[in-house]
Amino acid sequence: MSPNNYLVLSALLFSIGAIGVVLRRNAIVVFMCVELMLNAANLAFVTFARLLGNLDGQVVAFFTMVVAACEVVVGLAIIVTIFRSRRSASVDDANLLKY
Amino acid sequence: MNFVAPVINYSQVLPILIVLGTALLGVIVEAFVARDRRYQIQVPLSIAGLVVAFVWILKIHATTAITAESAVAIDGPALVLQGAIVILGIAGLLLIAERKLDSSGDAFVAQAAAIPGSEAERTATLAKLTQTEVFPLTLFAIAGMMLFPAANDLVTMFVALEVLSLPLYLMSGLARRRRLLSQEAALKYFLLGAFSSAFFLYGAAFLYGYSGSVGFRQIREAIQTNAGNDVFLLTGIALVSVGLLFKVSAVPFHSWTPDVYQGAPTPVTAFMAACTKIAAFGAFARLFYVGLSGARWDWRPMLTVIAIATMVLGALWALTQTDIKRMLAYSSVAHSGFILTGIVATNKAGLSGTLFYLVTYGFTTIGAFAIVTLVRNASGEATHISGYAGLGKRSPWIAMLLSLFLLALAGIPLTSGFVAKFAVFSAAYESGSTVLVIFGVLTSAIAAFFYIRLIVLMFFQDPEEDGPTVAAAPLMTTAAIALCATVTLVLGILPNSLVHVIDAASRFVF
Repeated sequence: MSPNNYLVLSALLFSIGAIGVVLRRNAIVVFMCVELMLNAANLAFVTFARLLGNLDGQVVAFFTMVVAACEVVVGLAIIVTIFRSRRSASVDDANLLKY
Repeated sequence: MNFVAPVINYSQVLPILIVLGTALLGVIVEAFVARDRRYQIQVPLSIAGLVVAFVWILKIHATTAITAESAVAIDGPALVLQGAIVILGIAGLLLIAERKLDSSGDAFVAQAAAIPGSEAERTATLAKLTQTEVFPLTLFAIAGMMLFPAANDLVTMFVALEVLSLPLYLMSGLARRRRLLSQEAALKYFLLGAFSSAFFLYGAAFLYGYSGSVGFRQIREAIQTNAGNDVFLLTGIALVSVGLLFKVSAVPFHSWTPDVYQGAPTPVTAFMAACTKIAAFGAFARLFYVGLSGARWDWRPMLTVIAIATMVLGALWALTQTDIKRMLAYSSVAHSGFILTGIVATNKAGLSGTLFYLVTYGFTTIGAFAIVTLVRNASGEATHISGYAGLGKRSPWIAMLLSLFLLALAGIPLTSGFVAKFAVFSAAYESGSTVLVIFGVLTSAIAAFFYIRLIVLMFFQDPEEDGPTVAAAPLMTTAAIALCATVTLVLGILPNSLVHVIDAASRFVF
């Protein structure tokens, strides 16, 4: 199968993730959509590594995974805190800061 | 298969390693030292680490080298910005460490895990609990900020971006008062920050697909020889720019700035407003001047439009604000536009103007936010602008210092802001972007209005009956304000000393 198909798949995953961030209301789901976007980037890196025949892209994928794991730690801490204060993880309820 | 050990010149990356090492020591202190003694250890430890890092930066100031297997470039712009970040980091740390202003402790929450308004929170507040985890977090952020403008490939840049952002997400949620606002600021900052770094990473994947490498030199060469698929290059430039423009809060990607600046504890806002902008513009300049310089006809029009939109909309929104922290946030958006003017110039004067602007802007911003921490009422800081009415009559010194910082932000002559604005606008004019200069000067005039409105409010109106009072500035805050005011004045009257240093340093290595 042509590696190009994987690029198309990664673009689809990235778009689904980006649309999800914009449309979904639950902070956890929004965050999962961001993770989907990071994984789409990983897929693109690995595909390009295969297309170009060098290993840089695969190494980048490892860095991304580590960074994504760190982001989960910080992100879930923040989301859990806000859920405990407000009894809701909806990003629409967090609306005190405006104008 | 042969495995070749990487070559790292440790002396060139030592400033970053010192700050990281101090941060790790700080984590160990958190783990092993009794709670009531941590503060006495953390503050001197953090400041000593930053001072040593700054001394080492001075020692290696003439270095121009690419090290760590071409992942890090230590050159003039990187060292100037690292030096500025470390000094501003010390000023920010002094504000963060201040414990004399708030009767119940410092600016940070007694126990972050306690639910706002709960019994646990009351107990923690009554027990006068104070936390010190914010010191190692600040140092981690500073280390990331020092690496960001020195990163010489897209992976290092991405890792530095996250190392500087993650501690800031947490720190902006740790305010002692108005905790719901603070937590909301952290949530917004985190979700939007993660969103934008995903864009950055996806763009990096396309630049890698275009050039076959993530290194800036290889990307540069690929563009010069027109080696790859242009669709990949343009997509990559666009997506990577989204990630970086978010960090510098340029207009379509600025929406987090006012909320986070308002909700975060003011010392954190001061630190983050100054240092994040310096680090992000440093990285921005390196990526666009080194990696993507061959494609400048593709990205200059895009950045020109964004610069104009950022200047105009930032200044207009700032006009309508009634909260001083939000007003300063929108003013920081407008300043991003002015700095982008220097970047779009793509000549040597543009680079040195940008560096000069970043340094002066950093000192002025920390000074202005430091004053905001002093104007207080019973429930904490009084950030509504009406609270500043008549400040000049009650505390003339504080009002004069705030006026100095506001005039510098407005770019009035004899302050550092004027020299900086002149530098970027003249560079843009030299490069032929006359439209940018016209918009820049016009929006400077709009921006001057809301800065001067606040000055008029302070000096020519009577104070409110039960308005906020100005706390007598304690030692550490005074030191930070004095440093910022001195730099703002000295660079306004005698800019040549720094201009020469920066002119000599404004050359990227590649």
